[in-house]
Amino acid sequence: MSITLEPGLDVAAIRAQFPILSQTIRGKKLVFLDSAASAQKPRAVIDAMVGAMETQYANIHRGLHWMSERTTEAYEAARDATADLLGAADRHEIVFVRNSTEAINLVAHSYGRGIMKAGQAVVISEMEHHANIVPWQMLRDAHGTELRVARITDAGELDMAHLESLLGDGKVGLVAITHMSNVLGTYTPAERIVAMAHAHGAKVLLDGSQAVVHRKIDVQALGADFYVFTGHKLYGPTGIGVLWARREILEAMPPWMGGGDMISSVTFERSTWAEVPHKFEAGTPAIIEGIGLKAAIDWVQAIGYPAIAAHEAALTEHALARMSAIPGITLIGQAQDRGGVISFALDRAHAHDVATLLDRQGIAVRAGHHCAEPLMRRLGLDSTARASFGIYTTAEEIDVLADTLERVREFFA
Amino acid sequence: MFEDVRDLYSAAIVERGRRPRHMRRLEAFDVTAKGDNPLCGDRVQVWVKLDDGRIAATGFDARGCEISKAAADLMVEAVQGHTPGDTRAMFESFRVMAQTGVCPAHQAELAAMQPLAAVHEYKSRVKCATLPWHALLAALDGKGETSSE
Repeated sequence: MSITLEPGLDVAAIRAQFPILSQTIRGKKLVFLDSAASAQKPRAVIDAMVGAMETQYANIHRGLHWMSERTTEAYEAARDATADLLGAADRHEIVFVRNSTEAINLVAHSYGRGIMKAGQAVVISEMEHHANIVPWQMLRDAHGTELRVARITDAGELDMAHLESLLGDGKVGLVAITHMSNVLGTYTPAERIVAMAHAHGAKVLLDGSQAVVHRKIDVQALGADFYVFTGHKLYGPTGIGVLWARREILEAMPPWMGGGDMISSVTFERSTWAEVPHKFEAGTPAIIEGIGLKAAIDWVQAIGYPAIAAHEAALTEHALARMSAIPGITLIGQAQDRGGVISFALDRAHAHDVATLLDRQGIAVRAGHHCAEPLMRRLGLDSTARASFGIYTTAEEIDVLADTLERVREFFA
Repeated sequence: MFEDVRDLYSAAIVERGRRPRHMRRLEAFDVTAKGDNPLCGDRVQVWVKLDDGRIAATGFDARGCEISKAAADLMVEAVQGHTPGDTRAMFESFRVMAQTGVCPAHQAELAAMQPLAAVHEYKSRVKCATLPWHALLAALDGKGETSSE
């Protein structure tokens, strides 16, 4: 079976930019199908980070010397690149954090405790990552907010009727929902969620950790209030993530962590806060990682989301066709609008055993609950194996996966 | 294709994992505990009947992979008739075996568990093999729950 790729996307040329992909594992060609957990890094990102450390590095923002000024420029250029990536109206709406988890915790602490009132509710969904569950439980327990959970359908799509029913009493202050499930590959209908939530007076946070890798995000077109993602899934480094929020919301929110860089002035009696986004960026940030994130964003933007989305749609279609033909396999989630994250179970083997056998053939998949235990429970499963694709994934790699899965099943006959 | 995994997934281990002999809840038991591996979602519960300070019967229920079930099943036979003190010492030996692949020669009870020594080549799977032991020791210590972390 051949797949049609978007003209202009030369996967071989893209793969050549990822040094790690030429590795062999135990003598087998590496087939890396775990990009949803963390993506590999192109040469452009590696070089940008090494180059910064070799030629242009000092602490940023307050230095009066050449090195500090140049490093500040490079780091702040990442903010511009991120604002452009998300279609933000204003670069001051980009807050750098460590990862999506920290971004959600920031919102839960600052917006949750500072703006929301006890008795108001937060709505999440059954298909959230733990990162978009636990901070809201902590907010509930500390602040007296209610936590409501929107159901998903058996196909793995958000139950919009149920979501609307949860909004009905007008108590919901925030709807915090994934933009793309890390287990089911489901894209949620963000515009409809936003319209529905806003009609009931609720703000919306979208967890874009997966979605931003695959689709062009335009936060203004989506109408969202908060959008979060992490650098390392977008071919960038670990240790840098992004919170985007509307400027007026950020300005109303109290700071979360205190320290250097986030203040305007400090006396022992009181301190005043820096302007956004610096109000939320206490301490020396991940400077090298910010520079790496900019390189990753530039790299992704140069390829372009239309080509990325077309390639991944073709791969996903190919994978679903190949994998669904494997005897005894169950593909978890059948959403209409889905991307290249495919969870599956084999009738004869536990996900961990499947993953171990695949690993011995050089194939990297993830197995377990994927940090989504409540979703596993909802699906009546303990764990799944998961293959997830990146821009460097090829149809041949999916063929290797499918062929090997058939052999795994025979092994456990 | 998978000849290189036969060290761990030997016929004996796969058979134990597929058809464990002792995977049952004991109707009459003195102590029980649950073990949980929060990173992968594996869960096991162990029930123990004691008689005169020795393990008279052990049963388990496991939700997990072949390795964890085979390890639990073999563990039940290894600890039969032993005191909690012996069992703890046995676990220490087993843990070393699972982590290093070196089998202690002096403990005959562990001979049957030797096929699991190969798990040391699979670093991410060592906890699958040790989880049932953590649950067993938690039960003997009077703790209701434990974690492999």
